[in-house]
Amino acid sequence: MYLADSRRPAASAAAPALGPGRAARIAPTVLALGTVSLITDVSSEMVTAVLPLYLVTALGVTPLGFGLLDGVLNGASAALRLLGGLLGDRGGGRHKAVATAGYGLSALCRPALLLARTTPLIGLVLAVDRVGKGLRTAPRDAMISLATPPERRGRAFGVHRAMDTAGALTGPLLAFLILRAAPGGFHAVFTVSSYVAALGVLVLVLLVPGRSLRSTPARTARPRSRGLLRRPALRRITACASLLGLATVSDSFLYLLLQRRLELPAAWFPLLPLGTAAVYLLLAVPVGTLADRIGRRRLFVLGHAALLAAYALLLVRPGAGAPLAAAVLALHGIFYAATDGILAATAAGAVPEAQRGAGLALVGTGQAAGRFACSLAVGALWSRWGDTTALAVMAVALTAAVAIATRLLGPHPEHRRREETS
Amino acid sequence: MTLRRRLTVLIIAVALLALAGSWTVLRAVQASRLGHRAAADDPRIEPGPVTLGPAAGGPRLVFRSMTWGDHRDELGSAPLADPAGTRTVAAPTCLRFHAAAGTGICLQAVHGLLEDTYRAIVLDADLHERRHYDLAGIPTRARVSPSGHLVAWTVFVGGDSYAGTDFSTRTTVLDTTTWTLQEDLESYAVTLDGKPYRAVDTNVWGVTFADDRHFYATLATGGRTHLVAGDAVDHTLTTLHDNVECPSLSPDGTRIAYKKRVPGLSEDAPWRLYVLDLRSMAETATTEERAIDDQALWLDDRTLAYALPGDDGTDLWTVPADGTGAPVLLAAAALAPAVVR
Repeated sequence: MYLADSRRPAASAAAPALGPGRAARIAPTVLALGTVSLITDVSSEMVTAVLPLYLVTALGVTPLGFGLLDGVLNGASAALRLLGGLLGDRGGGRHKAVATAGYGLSALCRPALLLARTTPLIGLVLAVDRVGKGLRTAPRDAMISLATPPERRGRAFGVHRAMDTAGALTGPLLAFLILRAAPGGFHAVFTVSSYVAALGVLVLVLLVPGRSLRSTPARTARPRSRGLLRRPALRRITACASLLGLATVSDSFLYLLLQRRLELPAAWFPLLPLGTAAVYLLLAVPVGTLADRIGRRRLFVLGHAALLAAYALLLVRPGAGAPLAAAVLALHGIFYAATDGILAATAAGAVPEAQRGAGLALVGTGQAAGRFACSLAVGALWSRWGDTTALAVMAVALTAAVAIATRLLGPHPEHRRREETS
Repeated sequence: MTLRRRLTVLIIAVALLALAGSWTVLRAVQASRLGHRAAADDPRIEPGPVTLGPAAGGPRLVFRSMTWGDHRDELGSAPLADPAGTRTVAAPTCLRFHAAAGTGICLQAVHGLLEDTYRAIVLDADLHERRHYDLAGIPTRARVSPSGHLVAWTVFVGGDSYAGTDFSTRTTVLDTTTWTLQEDLESYAVTLDGKPYRAVDTNVWGVTFADDRHFYATLATGGRTHLVAGDAVDHTLTTLHDNVECPSLSPDGTRIAYKKRVPGLSEDAPWRLYVLDLRSMAETATTEERAIDDQALWLDDRTLAYALPGDDGTDLWTVPADGTGAPVLLAAAALAPAVVR
């Protein structure tokens, strides 16, 4: 168990200063990292939102074909996440340095967009951006978990994810405001996006404390990452995350299913992701807090039950378009709120501090690998038997995965003890 | 560094970046104003009535007029015999346009408070709106059937982090006699190389109508593009030929002009303008050697018109369809033409 008095003295400006009397406080490191994510997402979503318009109207090329690379990039990004986690654990916690490299790399991609004027070059810039994203995720989550006592990690990750989502929702608005003022001013959008990205890196460098480990406990003086998989709790969480990932259809599939099966007007399609994001933004903190109270593993599994309910609604279609679509999106948002940050919070409890980055990366990579395999499977099922069968198979698979995860992650006394003795 | 010093550095940085950002935006505002002035050698424009029906003085070319100024993007009309002459312009503004037999389709941007949205407007011969439909993405192609009864359009969908970089197209067919809307041709039954085919990665774009039931379009799946024959009644798509994008059917219904992806060309401009004979399936390259990214228009059974990048956006060019002759400028500052007879 963490104890407030075992913490290193608050030498650094952003050192966590949690004590029994300040139960509700979010560690400054978490707020600083949330701010970095918020700013970075404003920057990246500014670009993503206008990119198709830029390609079609300014460069006169078709954006079709970018999607072909998506699978490859996701795989590469998952591998880099492991690398980022491993590098971050070196030398007693170099998480900040690795995260800075990741955020910095993505930040450099924004001005690069000003120079890249052909489809392959723009594709390359997007790929490098993904590399940066892959590198920074695990060290960042490790820092969040290291700055927060275990009993409040759900909430801390909730705060971080809510800030992240707020940035993702703000970016497109800022971009369109610029385009409104200066029609055709795509380069102004990219330039402003560069400045915003630079600001994100600066906040990271200035406000996030450097050494994320309080001390190097003698008991974990063997930061051999191969040993990670020998930890039963981590192995179980990784297995469950991968298994559940195998039955988690990608967002774009879900929106496609939603529109086709509920026969929504075409004009609604761009709005569907906003529905998920809005619910996620609203619920990330309360659900994180709830997770701390009733158990993060349980909530992680429950979140997948929400996704299963969304599948069921799409399969059975009890009712008309708009309300049903709203219900599916709400469930999808709940799914994100109850799984995305919660998984990191759960996994953090199963890895010692010295291996936190690699441990979180392992779980995240397992989940990403599962989802990637799911995309391939859904694609194949859809081609062969159509969307109803694909969805039905995924619903059955998710039911099975939820049942297995409930067993594996259940409140078994042995597991619980392991989770808490990190 | 102490916290106070860090915060001071941060505040100064925020102020500097905010200044730099504002300056960038202001400069872009200025540049877009300066750039948006008509040049001296732009085609002359004259506001006036534009019709999509038969007019005295012979057939006319109607298109999106791209000369800068107050009438940018409005519909321009000029005699087909002299398309570079003075053009008459009239609202509405359109990004993409096509017309036949007194029916027009105009895909336009609607500038909202926060975001641009797009809509399709079905026009009568006097450019009055008959109906409009909200669109799911950025307009790219529009066509009206020869009778004026069917209308088709294609938009690009994508551009949010949740969908990744997975852009796709949506192609819609509308029957203007019954106002029945088939929102997504991807729901049609596909026959690929003679076998039933279904895949989640199919994209359909660039419809060109033969009559009020039959049409041709591009179907992309598994990284390849195909020419498909479509049936708007049976809801089927059947592949006919490979490596065909943005088909355009000749008025006599015997040939398809299209963009062919030619190996060895640069990745960002991989297409050349070709003509396919539907009876012999023989391909003929036109003498246009620049990369085109447009759905060509047949001015008659021998001549193709298409857009290429120009000073004001795009210019219209023509080239003979039989692989002879040479490209000739048809009209500057114009896009998305239709012949109105």
